[in-house]
Amino acid sequence: MAELGVPLSGSRLVQQGAEARLYRGRFLGRAVVAKLRFPKRYRHPALEERLSRRRTAQEARSLLRCRRAGISAPVVYFVDYVSNCIYLEDIVGSMTVRDYIISIQQREKDASGLFTLAEKIGEVLARMHDEDLIHGDLTTSNILLRPPAEKLDLVLIDFGLSFISGLPEDKGVDLYVLEKAFLSTHPNTETLFEALLKKYTAMSKKSSPVIKKLDEVRLRGRKRSMVG
Amino acid sequence: RAPPPRTRFLPGHTARHHRACLLELLAEALREAGLRPCDVDCVAFTKGPGMGAPLAVVAAVARTVAQLWDKPLLGVNHCVGHIEMGRLVTGARDPIVLYVSGGNTQVIAYSQRRYRIFGETIDIAVGNCLDRFARVLKISNDPSPGYNIEQMAKKGQKLVELPYTVKGMDVSFSGILSHIEEVSHKMLASGECTPEDLCFSLQETVFAMLVEITERAMAHCGSQEVLIVGGVGCNLRLQEMMGIMCAERGAKLFATDERFCIDNGAMIAQAGWEMFRSGQVTALEDSWITQRYGMKVACEVLSAKAGKYQCCLLHAALVRPHQGSGV
Repeated sequence: MAELGVPLSGSRLVQQGAEARLYRGRFLGRAVVAKLRFPKRYRHPALEERLSRRRTAQEARSLLRCRRAGISAPVVYFVDYVSNCIYLEDIVGSMTVRDYIISIQQREKDASGLFTLAEKIGEVLARMHDEDLIHGDLTTSNILLRPPAEKLDLVLIDFGLSFISGLPEDKGVDLYVLEKAFLSTHPNTETLFEALLKKYTAMSKKSSPVIKKLDEVRLRGRKRSMVG
Repeated sequence: RAPPPRTRFLPGHTARHHRACLLELLAEALREAGLRPCDVDCVAFTKGPGMGAPLAVVAAVARTVAQLWDKPLLGVNHCVGHIEMGRLVTGARDPIVLYVSGGNTQVIAYSQRRYRIFGETIDIAVGNCLDRFARVLKISNDPSPGYNIEQMAKKGQKLVELPYTVKGMDVSFSGILSHIEEVSHKMLASGECTPEDLCFSLQETVFAMLVEITERAMAHCGSQEVLIVGGVGCNLRLQEMMGIMCAERGAKLFATDERFCIDNGAMIAQAGWEMFRSGQVTALEDSWITQRYGMKVACEVLSAKAGKYQCCLLHAALVRPHQGSGV
């Protein structure tokens, strides 16, 4: 695929995250995002290879699993296991839930419109967890809204840390990660997150042990001995 | 004196040690500085977190001395002490802070007028993981288990595959610890690897996890500075790995040596001084100690008139006080 380091010829670098570089371009006549996991030199080479390959594979597998289950996620067009690069459907004109929440909060004094959004997120996560799929890195930057944003058509992305598990502990931790990310990125949204959890509890068939585990993980932070 | 291998510091012993040495240490410090009690501006002590008994001993002395000399009292958060000393010694302005010690593993950043925890361990601290690993392998506690693991790791060559657990911005160490507890004896007995290999593998894995969550916080906050504080921050391999990550991002790494990484009194004084000069004081009835003193500190930044530096008004909110009044 042409130039060294750049996945698609003619594509342009859109973002350099902590984990990977994103390029926008065209592939077989479609708009794509190429997600390239570049080697981290601080890691031991054997560890680096293991992690990058595992995360690329996990991400591709989880995205496929979502689509098979009818959960909205980008289409996977191609996976290059040599360079650890995934070619995904580009959701053109999308907006992250993070930016959407911030813009609504800035515009309107009354953020009650966000409650529907919170419930929709709870619903999607319930379906995902009922498939025993753990996202592993839930944040409001990892959920997109297809245009127009007001339709609240959600798309889950960034499955690099995902894995399959039926354990309530893993699902509880998944929600905990989202809770922390949610509340630290969007201050004073505790009631919003509560609405999310309420909908999750209602929609998921296996929710009550998960919520119990979530409460346990929340408490664990407080009970930890801080000696040393 | 370090505890023998396979043991650790106990609160009772530590408290007795402090009680025996503290007054002499105080007198010596004043002598060395050439100061008399009346020259001192304020008395800062560790409010928490930490072991209850030793904290109580020191707090009692601090309260007494403050009243005897008629000086203001300042109860300081131990974690904030690390951060303030790190900033002072290194000159870092607005860093992402990786605070790693036996009891803490947190990635802290200053955002929206507060110190916030962006990532942390969801179970045990990395230092705790290393200490317990040392106990499994019967590694000496003198001078410290972490130091000995570091020296042994330098001689390790084989990378043993160990569980690597990052969950979003957080890390988990109990999995890797229990894995090692299960397999190490078998692996050593069969000659599959040496203790040095295990030390090497453990460091490479847990440190990579810490660098990863630090990088995530940097990407999230758009920060170009990293400061490592806490006892585990003395580890040169951790500093090296973090340095490589920073170089790749065009960011700068700030690290201190063992005089300031490890718990020390000067850092409490430094944080206390920052508090004092922004007008905060701890009333006697609020000077109790707590074993669990969370990092949810609210911080208002005021610019000094000179405009050259910012001083922090640290008003720490408590997560869950362990001991109430009367301590």
